[in-house]
Amino acid sequence: MNETTDIDALRARLESSRGKEYWRSLEAVSETPEFKEFLHREFPQNASEWLDPVGRRGFLKLMGASLALAGVSACTRQPTEELVPYVRQPEELVPGKPLFYATAMTFNGAGMGLLVESHEGRPTKIEGNPEHPSSRGTTDLFAQAAILGLYDPDRSQTITNLGEIRSFGSFANAIRAVLSAQQARQGAGVRILTETVASPTLAAQIREFLTRFPQAKWVQWEPVGRHNAREGSRLAFGDYLDAQYAVEKADVILSLDADFLCTGASGLKHSRAFASRRRFDGDRAQVNRLYSVESSPTNTGSRADHRLPLRASEIEAFARAIAAQLGVGGVAGGTVPEAANRWIGPLVKDLQANRGRSVVIAGDGQPAIVHALAHAMNDALGNVGATVTYTQTAEAQPMNQRAGLQELVGEMNANRVELLLILGGNPVYSAPVDLRFADALAKVPQRAHLGLYEDETAALCHWHIPETHFLEMWSDVRSDDGTVSVVQPLIAPLYGGKSAHEVISALGASGERSGYDLVREYWSKQTGVTMQAPPAAAAPAPVAPTTPAAIAPANGAQVALTGGAQPTPPAPIAASPVAPVSPFDREWRKWLHDGVVPNTAFAPRAIAVQANFAAQVPAGAGAQGNGIEVVFRPDPSIHDGRFANNAWLQELPKSLTKLTWDNAALISPATAARLNLISGDVVELTQGGRTLRIPVWLVPGHGPDLLTLSLGYGRTRAGRAANGIGFNVNVLRTMAAPDVLTGVDLVKTGDTYDLASTQDHWSLEGRNLVRVATTAQYAADPDFVKKQELQPLTGLTMYGEHKYEGYSWGMAIDQNVCNGCNACVVACQSENNIPVVGKAQVMNGREMHWLRIDRYYTGDLENPDTYHQPMLCQQCEAAPCEVVCPVAATVHNDEGLNDMVYNRCVGTRYCSNNCPYKVRRFNFLLYQDWDTPSLKLQRNPDVTVRSRGVMEKCTYCVQRINHARVAAKLEDREIRDGDVTTACEAACPTQAIVFGNINDKNSRVSKLKASSLNYGLLEELNSRPRTTYLAIVRNPNTELEPASSAGEERTNG
Amino acid sequence: MAEALDHPHDPLAGMSTDGLRTPAVIAPGHDFNSVTDKIAGIVLTKRTPIGWFFGFAIAFAFLLLLNLTIGKLLLEGIGIWGNNVPVGWAFDIINFVWWIGIGHAGTLISAILLLFRQQWRTSINRFAEAMTLFAVACAAMFPLLHTGRPWLAIYWLFPYPNSMTLWPQFRSPLIWDVFAVSTYGTVSLLFWFTGLVPDLATLRDRAESPVARKIFGVFALGWRGSARHWHRYEMAYLLLAGISTPLVLSVHTIVSFDFAVSVLPGWHATIFPPYFVAGAIYSGFAMVMTLAVPLRKFYHLEDFITMRHIHNMTKVMLVTGMIVAYGYVNEAFFAWYSANPYEGYMMLNRMTGPYAVFYWSLILINALMIQLFWFRRVRDNVALLFVLSLFVNVGMWLERFIIIVTSLHRDFLPSSWDIYTPTRWDFAMFTGTIGLFLSLFFLFIRFLPALAMFEMRTIVPEAKLQGDHH
Repeated sequence: MNETTDIDALRARLESSRGKEYWRSLEAVSETPEFKEFLHREFPQNASEWLDPVGRRGFLKLMGASLALAGVSACTRQPTEELVPYVRQPEELVPGKPLFYATAMTFNGAGMGLLVESHEGRPTKIEGNPEHPSSRGTTDLFAQAAILGLYDPDRSQTITNLGEIRSFGSFANAIRAVLSAQQARQGAGVRILTETVASPTLAAQIREFLTRFPQAKWVQWEPVGRHNAREGSRLAFGDYLDAQYAVEKADVILSLDADFLCTGASGLKHSRAFASRRRFDGDRAQVNRLYSVESSPTNTGSRADHRLPLRASEIEAFARAIAAQLGVGGVAGGTVPEAANRWIGPLVKDLQANRGRSVVIAGDGQPAIVHALAHAMNDALGNVGATVTYTQTAEAQPMNQRAGLQELVGEMNANRVELLLILGGNPVYSAPVDLRFADALAKVPQRAHLGLYEDETAALCHWHIPETHFLEMWSDVRSDDGTVSVVQPLIAPLYGGKSAHEVISALGASGERSGYDLVREYWSKQTGVTMQAPPAAAAPAPVAPTTPAAIAPANGAQVALTGGAQPTPPAPIAASPVAPVSPFDREWRKWLHDGVVPNTAFAPRAIAVQANFAAQVPAGAGAQGNGIEVVFRPDPSIHDGRFANNAWLQELPKSLTKLTWDNAALISPATAARLNLISGDVVELTQGGRTLRIPVWLVPGHGPDLLTLSLGYGRTRAGRAANGIGFNVNVLRTMAAPDVLTGVDLVKTGDTYDLASTQDHWSLEGRNLVRVATTAQYAADPDFVKKQELQPLTGLTMYGEHKYEGYSWGMAIDQNVCNGCNACVVACQSENNIPVVGKAQVMNGREMHWLRIDRYYTGDLENPDTYHQPMLCQQCEAAPCEVVCPVAATVHNDEGLNDMVYNRCVGTRYCSNNCPYKVRRFNFLLYQDWDTPSLKLQRNPDVTVRSRGVMEKCTYCVQRINHARVAAKLEDREIRDGDVTTACEAACPTQAIVFGNINDKNSRVSKLKASSLNYGLLEELNSRPRTTYLAIVRNPNTELEPASSAGEERTNG
Repeated sequence: MAEALDHPHDPLAGMSTDGLRTPAVIAPGHDFNSVTDKIAGIVLTKRTPIGWFFGFAIAFAFLLLLNLTIGKLLLEGIGIWGNNVPVGWAFDIINFVWWIGIGHAGTLISAILLLFRQQWRTSINRFAEAMTLFAVACAAMFPLLHTGRPWLAIYWLFPYPNSMTLWPQFRSPLIWDVFAVSTYGTVSLLFWFTGLVPDLATLRDRAESPVARKIFGVFALGWRGSARHWHRYEMAYLLLAGISTPLVLSVHTIVSFDFAVSVLPGWHATIFPPYFVAGAIYSGFAMVMTLAVPLRKFYHLEDFITMRHIHNMTKVMLVTGMIVAYGYVNEAFFAWYSANPYEGYMMLNRMTGPYAVFYWSLILINALMIQLFWFRRVRDNVALLFVLSLFVNVGMWLERFIIIVTSLHRDFLPSSWDIYTPTRWDFAMFTGTIGLFLSLFFLFIRFLPALAMFEMRTIVPEAKLQGDHH
């Protein structure tokens, strides 16, 4: 321990602290890191006993007794919604057959409807809920990875007070004692800090709490929340509103630094809508056009027909210039860079030509004024009511979170806060650095933290309560359009955690109540449907069990997920239904089954843009500073750090940088060249006396003189996967500049840092791997795809053609709609038990993803075209891998699949060498975790867990094919189109991936393969891949991109 | 080739040199006894030279390193090496091909030169054959140990009747390899042992230690040197030579198929079989030179391994080296002439990519440096030849590195391109096999006659006076 404890400083500290301060040692007062470390070691109070033989014996006796007594104390009454062992096997549960339950995930202040696959009571895989209006059966990468978060062995597992294990009862008693003392002062010293709350029940609970303690305050803080969007709507309309974009109706879209396809609560919906206007299977006139003005490259920008990289601070001026030309009142055009100037004319012309059929969307990282300008532009263009509508917010209590947090910290510093309940979130890590949240927190006499991890905030709180994962708890949540979903648990809390509902209720007047009761009660009250069962005699007939067809979406894509599963039962964990059923229960069961509460979507509100809103904000307020500019962005993989300990997400190559396990300062190649930097060079960024050392990473198309810093890294108490990984950029993020920081000094340190990227090469090397044309070129030459230099030689085979009598599986991937969102990659990892290998192995090129998304650039390095190409086993008909395997471990089956027989594989790796697509993955070491018990629960029982020394690869989710085959056989029919969806296909928000039987000429995949855009990759090798790609057709504005330059680009691609 | 090197039936072969003629295959003044005394003396001496212990200790230390590496490999998996995706094969297969190539000289000297009646082969064939065996032992380790699950590969690669009614996959060149290498190893062993039998009998008769007598006696198989024995011996040896001869061509041809059968640019080439065979002989002779020069110096065998041998080996290296260099030119030509962008890029990447320094080193050694062999003064300088032969060994190792690594690390899709970096265990495995090879070789020269005594006796002038022994 630290010997040089400064006694005087300690005394001063003790004197300055008011009230009773509990301290156990001098080190405890000084709060040295060593002490904190010591505090959290196991049994710190008994560690010294081990060295003393007598003491050790006593300690062991105590431990033995407490273990024995633990058995006694475990005999508490189980709540009624817990799982009970089968006395008689439930009708719907067949061992080996998964069941699917609807639930929802709360993220970014809104809910995403999910269907979760459960094998014998353990959730294993997350899919989108086809019934849910925002997800429509698809998910994003965070939802896909959430299943690993549930089983994370590093989650906090015990309630602790100052590091010692306590019961929930003692927590509730302790806090109640504080509250009763506060009662007289109406709770003036009580503060509740939550993340953005989108749960109506929780909001109602907190409001009720606030009625009991009128002087108490509720503060919400989300580090990458929609602060600017919220304030932008207030600026434009005088009220907090959510804009709902009907992207599918827009012919022309202008994105102002918005990644509206891949981030935000509506990302899935937007992706799907955007994709619907990008398919070339029918009427070509319907193609939309996307203009994207952005600072840091985004996936949305990679899909744009025209993309303009600008500094983040210049976008406001650009927005003002466009708004002025569109006739938004009170806005004068500012000065914009030359490249942008060239854009304005054609862009405005295009927008005006599409009045009522265009939309302008501002990004969350842009200041409120840009949002307000976007709303005004939409209004001026007559888009309101057509392509954009306004509703009340999905979050229950919109507030100015930044101001709220600032006020809270001020009160904490003024010692006016006596009890701080932090219900979720990690403000010690994520709060703006200049607030010095940790210092202020230390001044609060009683602080409690509810969270999934014993994180940085938990370490500084007296109490820590493990939070339930959303798959373990009852709750409810509104999605972006207001639709309510009930969050139902898939499994009893693994570590006895508590939800925020339960914590709040335990502090309430009525004592602790289960989340189940709380949610039901709230909705019974809201809907006015009674929970009282009618007398038995008058009982209505129970609700007829719903059939799988009932959850079938319009497109049928999701049906196969159930694989012929039995009807989804009403509630997995609820007690077995007892007749008679109350009217509320009848509704409730339907909500749980469908995953949505019907008719809860918000009605559009009439709005009026406030006159002269633009005058409230001085023009160009942000466009200052000559130094380097920095933008803060949520990390594409781990968001604000909440998913930091999710190894799937850590190892997921970020879509545009392909970095894993780290963040870096993204920089444009030209800026890097000017500053004499290359990828991996460590720079020191200084602004306002704060410094950050971080390596840079070159990203083509990045805005000039700009660095992008992604949040969420540099965690110290996140868990084994995340601790010490990456760089904490929060140290530069201040209250004044939470999104864009200007005037940053950059100094090259001369140090280098190894970053693990999965794709080192950017260029296509002139190879025709991604085939691209413009709409005009495509119209002129619909067969351009086939007119390539290298042509396949058809019919050349030594072994004769195989005739496929039954099924012949194939896949088509529409590159026109893929936006590289990475959901498929995580879905594949989750479905197929793919291990994580760690940074060192990734650096050595040994990542195990069966499905990767290749990203290529063509054209100008400073503003290239970006292409995403999902790359998985092509299931070649003449597979180069098969002929070279000496032990026949990879063979073709009679449905065309290239099967991998793990048991037979001896691991020569010849198949991988001979694979032109390099999609085979080898277990160089024992990558699977065979030991961690919780991770065993996650694995898909239908997929072999591979061991060391074995080659593996994409199987087209053969286990799903076989599930569908069994279901079809039971019904004495063929497998129908859409019965089998591969994991990647099911997750894809844009339906870019289509799988099916190519022997069936009417299947979706056959129709795509019949498209003139269809081509096979490296077909000239005569490998005859079963996975084919649809060429990209861009829809540029000919005024901005003359046809001749487009032609050059085509030969380039 | 044979004519160019020597006259098969030169009646004066073995006579003294007069400066104008090529050096003799044996120095003047030797008779049956002196030859036998000299060669058997190395084995039967009671005083093992201290230098032998010194050399063996170093070699054995590396052998222990090999054992350590294999132990770690079996416990942890081949991830201890630097291999990755896309570079699935690296040091493992480079070393395999390198060692197999080295082995080729032994068979060529033993079988083909025997059939061509090249008398100069007699003083180098024994240790060249031993070298072949040891090289094959080193090589054979890799196809097994480079697999992810060697405990299964060790028998699943062989066709054996089993309850799964599964055969190996006969279309795979790796299966052809199994047959080619195991046949080669077996025939080489038989050939070497058959040739040893008369000498083992000599040692049995001369050994003073009863234990040595016993052991040599067992392996001498009751050889008494009767005319019938000699007749059968000659016939067996000739037959084995006949069997071995096609193996010289077939083994490396099949090894080259491991690459040529694939679709990879840089591997998929029809030039590979002849190019590989020539390369193998080239590297094999370099290794014979590497071993012969210190051997003759240390054991004072200059009388038996004369400048004639040195010259001839150099000439073989020059010829085969030129064929290899032609292979390089041919590869580059077809990369351009095929107009295939993948082939073209492969060649460009070899010449200018991250491994370009290895490519140009290889060109420097295998195409340019060997031009020195044209000069008699170079051929006469034994120390220089020794150094050059080491360079050739390095060059041929680099050739396999270039073929395997540069073809794999950047193939069709630029997205999967990566870099290969060997780990310390890669080097441990490689130097370990050198340790195994040298350990075996040290044991061989200590316990078995490094030169074929009875064959040497046929080239002393005494034998000529009695007529041609054939």
